[in-house]
Amino acid sequence: MGSTLTAGELRKGLKLEIDGDPYLIVDFEFSKPGKGQALYRCRLRNMINGTQFDRTYRSGDKFTAADLEEQEMQFLYRQGDAFHFMNNTTYEQYELSQDQVGDAVNFLTENLAVSSLLYQGRPIGITLPNFVELRVVQADPGIKGDTAAGATKPVTMETGYVVQVPLFIEEGELLKLDTRTGNYVERVKS
Amino acid sequence: MTEQAILAARRPALEMRCRVISALRAFLDRQGFLEVQTPVLTAAPAPELHIDAVPAGGSGFLITSPELYMKRLMAAGYERICQFTPVFRAGERGRRHHPEFALLEWYRLGSDYTALQEDCRGLLRAACGAAGRLAGWSHGGHFLDVEAEWQHLTVREAFSRFAGWEPHDPLDEDRFDLDMVEKVEPQLGYPAPCILSDYPASQAALARLSPRDPAVAERFELYWAGVELANGFSELTDPREQRERFEAVIRERRRRGRPVTPLPLEFLESLSHLTPCAGIALGVDRLVMLLASADHIDQVVAFPPEVVT
Repeated sequence: MGSTLTAGELRKGLKLEIDGDPYLIVDFEFSKPGKGQALYRCRLRNMINGTQFDRTYRSGDKFTAADLEEQEMQFLYRQGDAFHFMNNTTYEQYELSQDQVGDAVNFLTENLAVSSLLYQGRPIGITLPNFVELRVVQADPGIKGDTAAGATKPVTMETGYVVQVPLFIEEGELLKLDTRTGNYVERVKS
Repeated sequence: MTEQAILAARRPALEMRCRVISALRAFLDRQGFLEVQTPVLTAAPAPELHIDAVPAGGSGFLITSPELYMKRLMAAGYERICQFTPVFRAGERGRRHHPEFALLEWYRLGSDYTALQEDCRGLLRAACGAAGRLAGWSHGGHFLDVEAEWQHLTVREAFSRFAGWEPHDPLDEDRFDLDMVEKVEPQLGYPAPCILSDYPASQAALARLSPRDPAVAERFELYWAGVELANGFSELTDPREQRERFEAVIRERRRRGRPVTPLPLEFLESLSHLTPCAGIALGVDRLVMLLASADHIDQVVAFPPEVVT
């Protein structure tokens, strides 16, 4: 159980437990109409399924802080829609669904170190490092003579992710990608 | 950003704030108001159900409003007085709230709340002049114009139009406050300011009930761009009724486990000498926020509050 909070402690970024699920306060506003009572208007996002709702709380309302913990994990392997991770210190293994992994699926390679958010001891999502290195498994040769500045072509990475890269990139090369934007950063000399 | 950079970037807003305050002061001076200064430290602030006073050490409190002292002056026969003062309300911190903020409060003897509404027109026009906003300006995606026709709605009209129900006693206070914040306030004061008047009697505070309709109080709020700027009323001058209202507030605060402050006895004593008058308080920071197109009150003061009370 997380600690108990009062309405006066609510603020943007706080994580609450509501009906058994963890919610993030993504927007917060303190209101007080005329001579009326203090009201705390919140936009809450379910941290498991992403659904959002607005709710206004009053000063007497009580809240439970969501019991969340961040842990370093390593990606082991994928089996169908199940993604297996291991806690680096306890060696405990966890399974996440494709929904929980989300877009990170584009960048997950064996042994990649990620951080995982645990809610009541169960992982609810992962955060990737800002940059990862992936190998190109399929690339069409660049068209000779095409020297237009900034020209790009699509290549397929080892995870199946397709990304736009400069024309000189070839099959088998190692590329650095930004996981926040999904964009190509540079070629890694190997 | 360093503090020096933050303060330097705030300079245009602070300059506008200074010009606006000068213009408000000059307007009231021309109208024959005497500017007074009453204590910030008090033994007994006005008991209010939803306002918590900040304790000031010993048995004192910081004022939540200069109202009681100013009415004691009115009871001694002053006809028109005004004051710029900081006031303090514990726990109020948000985009439009600071626990310490600047109020302009003024009183007129022998007038009711309609005279204050006229003052508001004059003051807001003067403020717009000082801020270079007389031709209108864009704020938060809306065009604001002090010279457009002002909206005038009773609370009853505003609720039936925007919330789909009419408040009546006994008032469901939770529903009233919630719908006020979520459905009514966001609709008020575009492009010109809006006068929202005649509050349910239970929301009267220190206002007198309407002689025409005792179900409502002669109280109004000034809104502009959805922001509450001022709260004014025809003052209650009946010491017995005022004492009963204060005692009811104190009882209710005790029941809810809220801290209580002593009854303001000198004020109640003075009320028997007070003849009909009207008074109003305007939030200076919020007015400057609108004029400066700021979306946070922090942007129009040099130092946002550091302590959370």
